[in-house]
Amino acid sequence: MSTMELTSGTADIAAAEPLEVDADRAFGFWIYLMSDAVIFALLFATYAVMHRNYAGGPTGQELFDLGHTFAETLLLLCSSIAYGFVSLAVARARRVQARLWLGVAFLLGLGFVLMELAEFNAMIAHQAGPDRSGFLSAFFTLVGTHGTHVSLGLIWILVMMAQVTVKGLTAPVRSRLLRLGMFWHFLDIMWIGIFSIVYLMGVL
Amino acid sequence: MFDHWLGQLTINAIPYDNPIIMSAAAFMALVTLLVVGAVTFYGKWTWLWREWLTSLDHKRIGSMYVILAMVMLLRGFVDAVMMRVQQAMAAGADPGYLPPHHFDQIFSAHGTIMIVFMAMPFLTGLINVVVPQQIGARDVAFPFMNAVSLWLTVASAMLILLSLVVGTFSRAGWTGYPPYSELQYDPGVGVDYWILPLVISGAGTTMTGINFIVTILRKRAPGMTLMRMPLFTWSALCTSVLIVLAFPALTVVTVLLGLDRYAGMHFFTNGQGGNMMNYANLFWIWGHPEVYIVILPAFGVFSEVISTFSGKRLFGYRMMVYALAVIALLSFTVWLHHFFTMGAGANVNAFFGITTMLIAIPTGVKVFHWLFTMYRGRIRFTAPMLFSVGFIPVFAIGGMTGVVLAEPPADFMMHNSEFLVAHFHNMLIPGALFGYLAGYMYWFPKAFGFRLNDRWGCIAFWNWLIGFLLAFMPLYLLGFMGMPRRLEHYGNPAWQPYLVVAAVGVVFIAFGILSLIVQLLVSIRHTRENRDLSGDPWNGRTLEWATASPPAPYNFAVPPVVTGIDAFALMKQAGTAYLRPASYEAIVLPRNSAAGFVMGGIAFGFGFAVIWHIWWAAIAAALGILAAVIVRTWRDDQDYTLPAAEVERLEDTRFAYLESVPEAALENGDTLDNQPLLQV
Amino acid sequence: MEHTRVDDAGGREATLRSYLTGFALALVLTVIPYGLVVTGDALPRSLIVSVIFLAAIAQVLVHLYYFLHLNGSAGDRWNLPVILFTTLILVILAGGTVWIMVNLQRHMIPT
Repeated sequence: MSTMELTSGTADIAAAEPLEVDADRAFGFWIYLMSDAVIFALLFATYAVMHRNYAGGPTGQELFDLGHTFAETLLLLCSSIAYGFVSLAVARARRVQARLWLGVAFLLGLGFVLMELAEFNAMIAHQAGPDRSGFLSAFFTLVGTHGTHVSLGLIWILVMMAQVTVKGLTAPVRSRLLRLGMFWHFLDIMWIGIFSIVYLMGVL
Repeated sequence: MFDHWLGQLTINAIPYDNPIIMSAAAFMALVTLLVVGAVTFYGKWTWLWREWLTSLDHKRIGSMYVILAMVMLLRGFVDAVMMRVQQAMAAGADPGYLPPHHFDQIFSAHGTIMIVFMAMPFLTGLINVVVPQQIGARDVAFPFMNAVSLWLTVASAMLILLSLVVGTFSRAGWTGYPPYSELQYDPGVGVDYWILPLVISGAGTTMTGINFIVTILRKRAPGMTLMRMPLFTWSALCTSVLIVLAFPALTVVTVLLGLDRYAGMHFFTNGQGGNMMNYANLFWIWGHPEVYIVILPAFGVFSEVISTFSGKRLFGYRMMVYALAVIALLSFTVWLHHFFTMGAGANVNAFFGITTMLIAIPTGVKVFHWLFTMYRGRIRFTAPMLFSVGFIPVFAIGGMTGVVLAEPPADFMMHNSEFLVAHFHNMLIPGALFGYLAGYMYWFPKAFGFRLNDRWGCIAFWNWLIGFLLAFMPLYLLGFMGMPRRLEHYGNPAWQPYLVVAAVGVVFIAFGILSLIVQLLVSIRHTRENRDLSGDPWNGRTLEWATASPPAPYNFAVPPVVTGIDAFALMKQAGTAYLRPASYEAIVLPRNSAAGFVMGGIAFGFGFAVIWHIWWAAIAAALGILAAVIVRTWRDDQDYTLPAAEVERLEDTRFAYLESVPEAALENGDTLDNQPLLQV
Repeated sequence: MEHTRVDDAGGREATLRSYLTGFALALVLTVIPYGLVVTGDALPRSLIVSVIFLAAIAQVLVHLYYFLHLNGSAGDRWNLPVILFTTLILVILAGGTVWIMVNLQRHMIPT
């Protein structure tokens, strides 16, 4: 074995680390979102299979209030845009703005969740809970899974607001905000499917 | 008041009156005590904690996965023994020794354990240990998430083991079909002991899939294009894609079943708008890709082992890669063949029958390519090679019976008969398990620094092969004779001789397992003689053989530059395999973390609490996991830097061993140059 | 190894214009189907259903392009193939499920 001068293939490993780690994490999160998409797709498929299994109970036409759903849709869409402003603020290293828009996104998202809880509550109170029929089981699970994701996202937004406050817009914080943004937009995309397939089709 | 705090858990959950279970419990307790005692006696708790339980090193995590797999292999095997003995006895008037409700738990546990807690951890372990090294990387993309995956899997396995002693297990089969798995037919905790481990370990496995897709796509060494990756890495990539897209289906179907059981919903109930058939549909959307998840890594192992021990490059690299990719894609298009008889009609059955037959083609392509690799090679019949060569003809038989089953009209006769049982064991044992055992013996020296005793490995192989043939070939015949699966007792005495032969086969398999244990013990006893000093005990062709055995934590001090397929073989030929750089740089590595282990513990608690309806504990555990995640992601100082001087010291040790190899090579038969191994 | 260019929030150009354009398009693509369902009693159901589906797909693409900045650019070159492949699998699984379950239902013995 001879001792030879070797040029290191990746000379500035340490310098490249944060950028590569960011990109690794963003890509890994993207793949996680794909697995989440499969979950939603199968819940949609199950809903499609069961959406007329009323078991003598209430139907979508009787239960769904499109005005309510439209309001939820706007809340979530605006929350998505608010997060877009978070991304812009982060790009310009504006800490206060980022936190502000995070707060706006949070409040709009919270509005969405509260409206959804109100809807669920009302349905349960009128004997239209998830245990009433196959249709309702599928409805509550599909919409509820989405709502649960949004709720976890809200917790994440709060955590990030705290991190932005305490740590500032450091590289790890920006990386996390990027992933949260991906999550948030993804949930809005899932909602498009829900209001189209469940609510709009449901009252036709 | 006490009842309220403990949910449905009572002291009666422990089956005191059942001698079989109590003996098993005593055995498990004894083994646990021995292990704990040994660790205490040798004063190794700190070492265990620091070097293993909190390690984020993919090599350590991988090894722990394999250890888990082997422990669960024993547990699953005991289930198999019990079933074989029962079936050999219980003809006609003889009820055997196992009452039906126990037999049902045993076949349910056997399948669940072998697929989810033996095969999955085994393949995950091999992928963990090997793939980062094969691509010239330092670790996986997400080392912490890797640890979480491991500990979630361990937590789930512990729940399964606990189900034997506290409560009962599911009686609804490893597939959990309603109505058997609904509250009406199984109101106790059994099915919940099945659901929770699947959900928890499923989450861990999905994370593994994500981890390896990112690792393989983004962490390869310079020059390693996709079409220069070793076949095992390719199989790991395809497996990871399957995992990410298929495991969500398992999550969905088990959670929906759980919602039926816990929240009174009507997904799969017999009434109120439930649709039981959708369970089979959703389950097999996961279940079919799952069996490809289980087999593809084994195919990857065979490609490596056959190539190495034929002393030749793998024949038809490109076709082998395409075959893997086509199998992976097609595996999403065949799932209905698991329920041809459920009645979707001729058109649907015909479509899925055709896709099922199609998927046999790329598999056949691979078999021929392995044979072509061996052709005109200089074959060394080491134990890994024996497993590989034994795999080819026996797996081909199983594949052919699969094509028989792919025909809906034939399947209508064979569905849920012993023919089916024989077919899938024919795929799993000579296919998957032989691959894992070959990989275990092949890569053991890399992981631990010394070789396993090859003679005992060969003895294990022959016992497994003969045992498998005796245990399962009769089942094909029984299937033709009309025997259904999962029978704890039967009236037709003509079946009994075949079942007795099958029971004899199990004895041989037991010897096979015993041989594996002896192999390990003998090898540990003779570590010194079996030392792998060069890091390349087999004259390997791929990059993992370029590292020390065992490798330094960072694997490669300097990332290798890859110039072609079989990168390490090329480096050896060019004389660049063992070059020392003029200087070393500091290396950043992840710190150890207890958070993975802790999360696993909390997950175990969560699972147990949900199973027994101890709601306060379940909520507390869920919040605990959330808190652990938040705390972990709050910390930014998750790495440490290994100083260049330390790297140099480790590398100096490595090169010192390399210098000493020529003398040792004569005894151990390993070599640095492209010369054939001496016979050991 | 390529160094991924990570500017602003990550690898892709986030601009005010993209978010505002996306918002406007999403709004339009939301109002149209809602409006049709609420007011379009005279229209054939199949037409309304088609509009709902097309608007939904279009809005998903709007979100992907304007909010998630998925535009096949160099930054993260695996993102696009990954979502395309996933979409293929989703179509197979969801479409297959519906096809299978409809056929199973068709073959059920009437009670």
